[in-house]
Amino acid sequence: MSAPPVLRVEHLTMRFGGLTAVSDLSFDAGERKITALIGPNGAGKTTLFNCITGFYKPTVGRLQLAHTDGETFLLERLQEFRIAKDARVARTFQNVRLFAGMTLLENLIVAQHNKLMAASGFTVLGLVGSPSYARTEASAIDKARYWLDRVGLTDRADDPAGALPYGAQRRLELARAMCTDPVLLCLDEPAAGLNNRESEELNGFLRALRDEHGISILLIEHDMGVVMEISDHIVVLDYGIKIADGTPDEVRNNAGVIAAYLGVSDEAALAAEAKRM
Amino acid sequence: MSDPSPAPRADEPAGARVDLLAALKEAAIAAAVAFGLFALLIGVRTEQGPSGALVIATRFGPLAAFVAAAFAGRFIFAVTRHRFTIPAVLFASPAVKRTAAAVSPYLAAVLLIFALVVPVVFYGNRYLLDLAILIVTYIMLGFGLNIVVGLAGLLDLGYVAFYAVGAYSYALIAQDFGLSFWVCLPLAGILAAFTGLLLGFPVLRLRGDYLAIVTLGFGEIIRLVLLNWQNLTGGPNGISGIPRPSFFGLPFTASESGFAAAFGLHYSPTHRIVFLYYVILALALLTNWVTLRLRGLPIGRAWEALREDEIACRALGINTTTTKLTAFAMGAMFGGFAGAFFATRQGFISPESFTFTESALVLAIVVLGGMGSQLGVALAATIMLGGFEVFRQFDQYRMLVFGAAMVAIVIYRPRGLVSTRKASVSLRRRRNIPTDTVDRTQSLGPA
Repeated sequence: MSAPPVLRVEHLTMRFGGLTAVSDLSFDAGERKITALIGPNGAGKTTLFNCITGFYKPTVGRLQLAHTDGETFLLERLQEFRIAKDARVARTFQNVRLFAGMTLLENLIVAQHNKLMAASGFTVLGLVGSPSYARTEASAIDKARYWLDRVGLTDRADDPAGALPYGAQRRLELARAMCTDPVLLCLDEPAAGLNNRESEELNGFLRALRDEHGISILLIEHDMGVVMEISDHIVVLDYGIKIADGTPDEVRNNAGVIAAYLGVSDEAALAAEAKRM
Repeated sequence: MSDPSPAPRADEPAGARVDLLAALKEAAIAAAVAFGLFALLIGVRTEQGPSGALVIATRFGPLAAFVAAAFAGRFIFAVTRHRFTIPAVLFASPAVKRTAAAVSPYLAAVLLIFALVVPVVFYGNRYLLDLAILIVTYIMLGFGLNIVVGLAGLLDLGYVAFYAVGAYSYALIAQDFGLSFWVCLPLAGILAAFTGLLLGFPVLRLRGDYLAIVTLGFGEIIRLVLLNWQNLTGGPNGISGIPRPSFFGLPFTASESGFAAAFGLHYSPTHRIVFLYYVILALALLTNWVTLRLRGLPIGRAWEALREDEIACRALGINTTTTKLTAFAMGAMFGGFAGAFFATRQGFISPESFTFTESALVLAIVVLGGMGSQLGVALAATIMLGGFEVFRQFDQYRMLVFGAAMVAIVIYRPRGLVSTRKASVSLRRRRNIPTDTVDRTQSLGPA
């Protein structure tokens, strides 16, 4: 990889009591690249996401995030809201988490909270109706409108988010994450529950994010069609351990990966293990 | 959105055959339940026997009458049920919804104008003026709690604590330092806001039931402190002789320097009542204005987002700690204002005025009004407190009627009287969105 990594995961271990969900995991996620995390259920993918986004504090290890201007953040030391606010890591959730009772537009405006909060002079200026706040709010609405347009939901901007069909909710969550101006976007199974056409559109959208907006994407996905088609780099986890790391082609032909997914007899697994070493 | 009313449409063929057998079965079950309930309550009673000891007397006649009444009532209900469209007409029919939609934009304005002219219209009726002051005080408390419960979604069962802090702050500051009402009022609000922060810190991690329990305890702690801190609060004796408010320095007395003399009016004790009414109305309107303003600002949207999904808030970089604390502090501050007003109006306060019942009443107003709706809170406070007075003549049946009304509301308007919210920002025309179309059954799952 030529560009420096946007995220460097080093010797990350996460234990819950006696259970080791992620064990001594190290990998890099490239700048302006789509990195996919795959692995069978319970492999520790979502745990890793929660460590990166600060919802869990890793037991051991380091998570270093670099901005293009050279500023670096050690994510394991930041509070979760600072990871989104300062380190600019955005995420979506496996089971969509929208502000269901608020409109689509409001969802996207809430995502720009920190910018607006500062502009409203921590509420004081906003309360008296200062013009500078009004300008910032107008620009926030413009940005929300842009992303609503990008995900094709402009028509429903003033409907409550909870009334959207499932696929649209996923798109809205993605748009909301983008409204935070992320450097790294973490997507937890973005294609889950989408039909073929929708997941095709998702592929195009994620590529556009990478190519037009310079976003680095880290995604968990079970849909191999999506993963193989759009990923630049794939990391395979099984029982919290990294079993493969490479381009889609390398991973596709890795015996250990095939064993983890399809299951093999013990001898074959051992043989595959030996070959990999 | 599914129609909540199970009643069939009026245009359905009314000849739908009534299943007599099913109706009889239903009636029999109702009779059995009635028998189970009343067998011991009515069928048996103890009477004083000839030797002075209690003996058991049976009353099979009345018991049979109750059971028969239950049977007959249920049977008639089951047979004629398809004609029961009254609740549907009242609460869910399109016509009613249309009317409500047509009226609602003007409702707030009409209510406001009415509130402004109340003292003029009812000038001679001291009882009604006192009731109006009471209602507006609760509207103000409802507005304050609405920030915490309705907007930020933090269930607070100890709101009365801030009311108490405000009242005692005013009483003590006004008495010990001789400051006027208008100086004490902000001080009482600030002190209550700090109390809100004090409560906020330990409960930052709690939500829902757990938060409710802790805030309930907090309310009791404040009351017990007031009760036991004898040398500061006077303990159970309370504080009396709290300075009455003056009209910008003119006291409401019959003296030469009083309000009436200065304006060349005949002295009347009603002047002070009218003044108090306008003070609390102004405070309530201020609370309302600030709340509406805040809803359109980032902080208000963050409160609502917090209510909808706290984890998503954190993932978006919202500092949930400060967001929660500001909600607690804002709500508490308005509670403190109301408390200061209460103290100056009563002239006497004691811990007895700040029991859990008050918290429950204010919470009921907020929930009944529709969480987050300002108009709903105003309506609910008026209906509840007005209802208490109207039904006063029914004496012991008052609470029964009140309970039945609550059950009806819970069945037919589970999201409160006003179950819509206005979006704080919109691309096109701003409109009300119904809160009951929204599916809130998202599972937590691995986060």
